[in-house]
Amino acid sequence: MKPAPFAYARASTLAEVFDALETHGDAARLLAGGQSLVAALNLRLASPSLLLDINGVAALRGVTFADGLLRIGALTRHAELGADPLVALHAPLLAQAVPHIAHAAIRNRGTIGGSLALADPAAELPACVLALEAVLVLASRAGERRVAAGDFFQGLYRTALRGDEVLAAVEVPPRAGASCTVQELARRHGDYAIVGLAAQSLGQGVQLAWFGVGAVPLRTPLAEAALAAGDIAGAQAALAGELDPPGDLHGPPALRLHLARVLLGRAAAALKGH
Amino acid sequence: MKLDLSLTVNGEAVSARIEPRMHLVDFLREVLDLTGSHAGCEHGVCGACSILVNGQMVRGCLMLAVQAEGAEVWTVEGLTETGAIAALQEAFVARNALQCGFCTPGMLVAAATLLKANPTPTREEIREGISGNYCRCTGYHAIIDAIEQAARA
Ligand SMILES: Cc1cc2nc3c(=O)[nH]c(=O)nc-3n(C[C@H](O)[C@H](O)[C@H](O)COP(=O)(O)OP(=O)(O)OC[C@H]3O[C@@H](n4cnc5c(N)ncnc54)[C@H](O)[C@@H]3O)c2cc1C
Ligand code: FES
Ligand code: FES
Repeated sequence: MKPAPFAYARASTLAEVFDALETHGDAARLLAGGQSLVAALNLRLASPSLLLDINGVAALRGVTFADGLLRIGALTRHAELGADPLVALHAPLLAQAVPHIAHAAIRNRGTIGGSLALADPAAELPACVLALEAVLVLASRAGERRVAAGDFFQGLYRTALRGDEVLAAVEVPPRAGASCTVQELARRHGDYAIVGLAAQSLGQGVQLAWFGVGAVPLRTPLAEAALAAGDIAGAQAALAGELDPPGDLHGPPALRLHLARVLLGRAAAALKGH
Repeated sequence: MKLDLSLTVNGEAVSARIEPRMHLVDFLREVLDLTGSHAGCEHGVCGACSILVNGQMVRGCLMLAVQAEGAEVWTVEGLTETGAIAALQEAFVARNALQCGFCTPGMLVAAATLLKANPTPTREEIREGISGNYCRCTGYHAIIDAIEQAARA
């Protein structure tokens, strides 16, 4: 199908983005990689009257490390995330997630900001930023505010982003030397996961963030504690009380819970083998 | 609303005035009459619209034509003319890697992209390289054979 008509404008500064959001409100949509939005336009699941292309906004670009924080600009494309040396050093979990996201052509365009703002419950990057205890930088005319990943994802495709805000960057506390793994089960390579797990261990701590198991990515603290103590079976058993996955065309909730236990076993082996 | 667009397609400068809602593969097919790139699903799933924009493979159905302002675009027509994919094309014919041919232009772009990054891929790496391109006819094995053959040539 073809999109309904819309007006198109390019922003080159954040001020231009704020102007457009102020003038057009809900009728405007930001266009980043377009790998979800243009598909939605083609299917007429979205019909904004203005599409504001933010690809030229320099303030949203680039990966830097300063003052003990890794800052990843919202426009960082999946392929760039997977190849960036600073990401590989300080947040290897993100780099490991990239090959699981869609296919090469989509990774060349899709951005981390777009993925987090969209908040697809089966997407990898939202779970990764949750496991990394990252902070999302939301910018508006009033300035920046910082929201913990755990508070950002609020429901199915719902986030803490207000209508006048743009997701500017992700700030990650450095995890050099962490062992980490991304495990997922999908029908075909590159499909959204049926169940997925972003896992990391550093020192005594283990972080487990699940995707595809509910409306938002989830941490499972009891399973984390059991796994940190070396009790894999205990961690797997804890999942029954911590995950309440939905049934859908992939299968009933019990199937997802079973698959989650399988993934946890694989993740434990991968973290240990590291 | 219409906007001016200037870009380079297959090495030639092109200008047009188009509606912003036109995606890039429709622009190539309907405005420039370059019908080699195909529009299948139009939501990013099938890969039939795969083209190169500034040297990178993208989905032509998930990029608006106006976003290609100033870009350098290559399609299967241009890649054929320069001979860039001649070995792949020969191997596709030799190994029966196409039947209806709908997926073929996208497959060739995906295969060329893969071989550029990894000139001697394993069969597993070939499978991953074309995982974003659907073929409803061949069952894929012949396509993998062809890409393997072109890589060895
Ligand atoms: C066939 C296919 C398979 C896919 N498989 C996967 C997969 O396995 N895993 C996965 O995670 N993703 C997958 N994707 C989605 C892909 O990763 C998208 O790139 C991503 O979800 C959206 O990023 P984008 O930059 O393309 O955003 P866009 O499509 O441009 O935008 C998405 C939404 O976010 C908003 N937005 C974008 N940037 C910002 C910002 N900086 N601030 C505020 N709002 C913003 C837009 O307004 C829009 O509402 C797939 C896509 C396709 C087509
Ligand atoms: S037409 Fe673009 S991916 Fe199917
Ligand atoms: S040859 Fe028919 S779709 Fe591939």
